[in-house]
Amino acid sequence: MIATHAATVVRSDLPGRALRLAAILVAVVLVAVGLDLIRDPLGPDRLFAAVYGLLGQDATAAAILERGLHPLQAKLTVMAIALVIGVGGVWLLYTGLDGAVDLLPGGWRERIRPYVFLGPAMAMLTVFLVIPVIVTILASLTEDGGAVANWGAVLTSPEMWLAFRNNVIWLVLGTGGSVAIGLLVATLVDRVKREALAKTFIFLPLAISMVGASVIWKFVYAWAPEGEQQIGILNEVWTWFGNEPVPWLQIPPLNTVALIVIMVWLQTGFAMVVLSAALKGVPNEVIEAARMDGAGESTVFFRIVIPMIQGTLIAVATTIAIAILKVFDIVYVTTGGRFETEVVANRMFQEMFVFRNFGQASAIAVILFIAVVPIMIVNIRNLRRQGIGS
Amino acid sequence: MQYKRTIGLALTAMLAVGACANAPASVAPSTAPSAAPGSSAPSTAPSTAPSTAPSGPNAELTAALAGDYKGTTIDVFGQWIEAEGKSFDDSLKAFRDATGINVLYSGITNYETVLNVRVEGGLAPDIAQLAQPGTLRAFQADGKVIALDDVLDGPSVAASYNPSFVDLGTVDGSLYGLFYKQDLKSIVWYPVKAFADAGYAVPTTWDELVGLSDKIVADGSNPWCTSIEHGDASGWVATDWLEDIVLRTAGAEVYDKWVAHEIAFNDPAILAAAEVMKKMWFTKDYVFGGNTRINATWVGDSQTPMFAEGGPKCWMHKQAAWIPDFWPKDADGKALYKPGEDSSFFYFPPIDPAQGSPVLGGGDMFAMFNDRPEVRALMQWFSTTDSVKDRVATGAFLAANNAVPADWYTSYPMSGLAEIAREATALRFDASDSMPKEVGSGTFWSGMIKWVSQNGDGTEKIFADIEASWP
Repeated sequence: MIATHAATVVRSDLPGRALRLAAILVAVVLVAVGLDLIRDPLGPDRLFAAVYGLLGQDATAAAILERGLHPLQAKLTVMAIALVIGVGGVWLLYTGLDGAVDLLPGGWRERIRPYVFLGPAMAMLTVFLVIPVIVTILASLTEDGGAVANWGAVLTSPEMWLAFRNNVIWLVLGTGGSVAIGLLVATLVDRVKREALAKTFIFLPLAISMVGASVIWKFVYAWAPEGEQQIGILNEVWTWFGNEPVPWLQIPPLNTVALIVIMVWLQTGFAMVVLSAALKGVPNEVIEAARMDGAGESTVFFRIVIPMIQGTLIAVATTIAIAILKVFDIVYVTTGGRFETEVVANRMFQEMFVFRNFGQASAIAVILFIAVVPIMIVNIRNLRRQGIGS
Repeated sequence: MQYKRTIGLALTAMLAVGACANAPASVAPSTAPSAAPGSSAPSTAPSTAPSTAPSGPNAELTAALAGDYKGTTIDVFGQWIEAEGKSFDDSLKAFRDATGINVLYSGITNYETVLNVRVEGGLAPDIAQLAQPGTLRAFQADGKVIALDDVLDGPSVAASYNPSFVDLGTVDGSLYGLFYKQDLKSIVWYPVKAFADAGYAVPTTWDELVGLSDKIVADGSNPWCTSIEHGDASGWVATDWLEDIVLRTAGAEVYDKWVAHEIAFNDPAILAAAEVMKKMWFTKDYVFGGNTRINATWVGDSQTPMFAEGGPKCWMHKQAAWIPDFWPKDADGKALYKPGEDSSFFYFPPIDPAQGSPVLGGGDMFAMFNDRPEVRALMQWFSTTDSVKDRVATGAFLAANNAVPADWYTSYPMSGLAEIAREATALRFDASDSMPKEVGSGTFWSGMIKWVSQNGDGTEKIFADIEASWP
């Protein structure tokens, strides 16, 4: 055993290894120098001064140190350095660690290599996800008045129960609406000549930010007193038919539904594109066989097509459901949670940034986190069933 | 109008990101925070350092005026947008020109929220405008703001400012907030010519005000142009109204107890004031567009129907002296319905003669978040009358600094405001500003919004809920 092991080491290319080690060391030093340059407010000045100094232009170098670079030049330099060490650093990290693994004895090499590649991602997840979750849970138990005060206030406040109720309405109508309309459109455009064009129009809203969409729809729902010029298209049309203008965003629970429409408008495109791809994956043979057996359109759709794309349906629904549980932008921009449109995420924002109750805000964040977990589990199980991630 | 605020929010977010990118690349003379906080001299010598470190009153300002901080940048953040924001930004030009310091002002109406985000995120502006003493106290408790005791010249501040301003800017015995402007809120604006044409007289008593309102309704119009939508801050117009009425029905002493929570929020005296307000807000046809418009319309647009083509659709608007900035403008951006000629204001009349003629006021202060010599210089400049000279000249600005010569205020409407302030038997600050934020910026506002949406019904329940929310 020991003999073969020694032989392996001897056989590997010693100069090559030394060279690789040296290259890695040089690269590490370069990254360190780059980071230092970015950290130092006068870094770009020093860099240029050093370059000019090397070229023998001592007067220019002194002038740069004296008067400073042009701000734009300094900024561009920092950007360039950041780009090089950002992209290069990642490459270096993986190449370097991979090279380091090669130096290990044979048995260890393949055992450790996966962790080397997973490691950075797991480290990032730990720092930016796992630790914050733990800190948030601790904050909800210790900040301000402690666990009883924070959780008591959150679970008993009428605003929070209103927010819980509204989030359930959002979850049911928003998710259901997006998936149902997405599926309907996907099925219909499947038979349209200019399918790509039709899909593009449905897909377009997805490119608009939540805040942008909310501003657009705030104009749609705008209200002016009767007899005045209606600037909201909905009220303009509504008053054509002789009705009084309706303050859509002020009447609960109609206003919550009006806000959900914005989310459905945004998310339908996503549902449609994914479901459309799934529909095309349903083999024609199966559908033709069903038709031969005398199945009608609706039987084919509900008994054949839907079960065959069930996995995709669940994946789309859970993705949208998670987005909806966290809904904030739409409510914040349109009503700010007034007129009984409060949602959990907006409540969290209010407690955190308006009232500065960090403990209560953390408790609400934990509640949102707990609410998302079951949906994640459904999603993961669904992926497993499809043979992904098992 | 509203899209501008959203754009403002987006821009501020971009600015915050930009500040991130800027920080490392800054080529300004070294701006490292002074190693020993409280030392009167900046501890790090800039590369273009003055030969002697500044000392004495307003030393940094003197150094700045000598050009010592030329090329540095100061980030000022506040609530003033549109005309008011431009007016403030223009007034900074004198400082920029005299010192060569680049003062960047950004303003959005949701500024409290954005300011919190920026401060928590380590991207605090150098100087921020604060409208609420409670906000200052919260930042002071977290150690985010810098004491001004060794920044400003104490004796001259004490001599120039009303003691109530100094008190409101002081936390734990140290001055943190420097008041800049004040507002008198107890005034009602009206269209002068239309009033005269319709034969309406300016009311001087509460009964005359109610009588005039009834007369306007009888003439087939709506007397009031009230609305309260203001994004994050929606509701403050309603709390101002209630506070003004509490001062007039219950008096200043009850008002102080109410603010300090020595009496319940829903004390019978407060509920009685709410009944008076209910008559002015929810009597049928009193307010243009009814309670729906009150909740739906942005505060800057409240009075727009007063200046409608073909005559006013509403006739009176109780709002502070800055509101004419939002009067309609012609195609060249020139203000129509010139205040003092086409539009004017009267004092919101007293109700109970025993309570005299009280005035509800407000004010904005500056707080310092980053301690750099050029930032100190700007704070010191704000304590001089030079800083408000251009603002006072606009005729829409009442400085908190009493050292401003009285004859600067010859122009309308400040002469009128000064008269109201002179005749006032009591002057009080905005109660909601001084209450805990959960109430003053939370349940008090949201409660009034709910009250409006219920058209004034359920007063007792709403006020009891606000009392229950007091932390």
